[in-house]
Amino acid sequence: MTNIHPGTVGQAEPQRPLRPLLDAVRVSKHYGSNEVLKDVSLQVAAGEVVCIIGPSGAGKSTFLRCINRLEVPDAGEVWVDGQAMGFEERDGKLYELTERKLSKQRASTGMVFQHFNLFPHLTVLGNVMEGPVRVQKRASRTVDAEARAVLERVGLGDKIDSYPSQLSGGQRQRVAIARAVAMKPLFLLFDEPTSALDPELVGEVLTVMAGLAADGMTMLVVTHEMGFAREVADRVVFMADGGIVEQGTVDEVLVNPREARTKRFLERVLA
Amino acid sequence: MSTPSARESVRELLPQVRLRHWGRWVIAAVILVILGALAYGASQGDISWRDIPYYVISPIILQGLVNTIILAVAAQVSAVILGVIIALMRISENPVAKWFAAAYTWLFRGLPVLLQILLWYNLALIFPRLQLGIPFTDVVFVDLSTNAVMTTFVAAFLGLMLNESAYMAEIVRAGLNSVDRGQIEAAQSIGETPLQRMWRIVLPQAMRVIIPPTGNDFINMLKGTAMASVIGYVELIRAANNIASFNLQVMETLIAAAFWYMVIVSVASVGQSYLERSFDRSDRARGGPTRRARRRLARDLVTPPLVRSHP
Ligand SMILES: Nc1ncnc2c1ncn2[C@@H]1O[C@H](COP(=O)(O)OP(=O)(O)O)[C@@H](O)[C@H]1O
Ligand SMILES: [Mg+2]
Repeated sequence: MTNIHPGTVGQAEPQRPLRPLLDAVRVSKHYGSNEVLKDVSLQVAAGEVVCIIGPSGAGKSTFLRCINRLEVPDAGEVWVDGQAMGFEERDGKLYELTERKLSKQRASTGMVFQHFNLFPHLTVLGNVMEGPVRVQKRASRTVDAEARAVLERVGLGDKIDSYPSQLSGGQRQRVAIARAVAMKPLFLLFDEPTSALDPELVGEVLTVMAGLAADGMTMLVVTHEMGFAREVADRVVFMADGGIVEQGTVDEVLVNPREARTKRFLERVLA
Repeated sequence: MSTPSARESVRELLPQVRLRHWGRWVIAAVILVILGALAYGASQGDISWRDIPYYVISPIILQGLVNTIILAVAAQVSAVILGVIIALMRISENPVAKWFAAAYTWLFRGLPVLLQILLWYNLALIFPRLQLGIPFTDVVFVDLSTNAVMTTFVAAFLGLMLNESAYMAEIVRAGLNSVDRGQIEAAQSIGETPLQRMWRIVLPQAMRVIIPPTGNDFINMLKGTAMASVIGYVELIRAANNIASFNLQVMETLIAAAFWYMVIVSVASVGQSYLERSFDRSDRARGGPTRRARRRLARDLVTPPLVRSHP
């Protein structure tokens, strides 16, 4: 596995800190009468790779989007590195932040979307530099060098001046990963990053993701790629009907699941 | 080479007789005859063609040209700014702002521009003075005679600008809506603030949808300024009439004005396609096919060369 991480976040300690990096506490969300998330709690330690699996409609995407607050949970809290997402903690209360301040908070998290969502009017390099330059206000000279290095490491060093429309799906998703990584986030959220790809392009994206994991990046990955989960995940979470049905190591969940629903799901996807 | 289709034919090529498009020749001839007749008719008219170039560059007409351009640009630029604000209100989460924007569009798009110009120009009939102060007190910051404020330019500007801003609001709204929601989410995910999302991500993409109809509107605006002549603003048509009122060369001066309309409209059209091109690079490689090449490609796709009946 090539080292594809810019190295600044890479040297995470293997032992778990006392406080989890990400702590979602009893997150609930409904759309109309549809209870999409029911009291979902999940902790992720620094350096951990957690894969979320589950049937379509289980609420996996909604849960991920509640974590970086693209979606506002109806109830529950999401703590990232000791800060409540979307809130400011003052004298025992949580005061909701303005959209501006929430944006600042979000900059410490990264997200990779199923449909890439690259900025079509910016070049590959422009996409990767957008966050560090505009949000983190870092000098574009240093950002430029870093962005090129990140793109080099996802194997797109020769596509720097291309526009997204000129790239294959696999290349676009690697740019999207580079765009998220360039922000040096505390963790990365992946929402089915390979589901929109032609089968022959899935591998190149999974390789990049496995490289990130090997470098110690904290990752929360919604995926249907059981092979990836088996090889890379420290922990597997099975979600269904807006809740976590069971979670554990690869062996516990993917090999010897306890719950009947997990068994049925695995039989279906592995058939 | 066992299948019959893979064998080479022994058939001789026969001479082909192409279809003659007699109908096209007939129609072309009819059009040319009609044009010729019109040109002859025009030359017989009681009009002194020789005077027209003189009117084209006469100071009065040129002043009218400048006034036309000033009014059109001022009204269009203000309408774009106001239109963006109304569009943002329309898509906002605030129900009062949403409602206001919808009512605004409904009102200013619904009334004829000429009527709006006349209403503004005659505002003094119902409000002789314009005051800015605190109601129910004697505090007055500004107190002006309405007639002093509501010059012909201001009245025409307000009428044209407010009407156009309602159209611009709709154009901008369509442009903003054309941008994929995922774009905003991606911008959010890297921590961009609402202003940055709008300015860096949404607007540049919306421009491709906004610019073509805005260009059309500006061309209409250039011509729409003619309505200001009704209240006495000296734009091109009023300037032409002012000359004609002395020497009765009504047609000659109007044709001079027509000449200038064609010039500014043509210039605006060129500017529009230039702008469109500069906002259209997102799906195009540097050094990739040019717009003209893509247009040719699109045309060829509609009429594949293989089935053309004509060489
Ligand atoms: N914006 C929304 N409005 C209404 N319903 C939604 C919205 N987003 C998701 N849902 C519903 O929430 C449920 C869970 O969706 P999602 O989180 O996308 O599931 P998953 O990612 O596990 O397939 C689905 O029933 C879906 O229809
Ligand atoms: Mg989903």
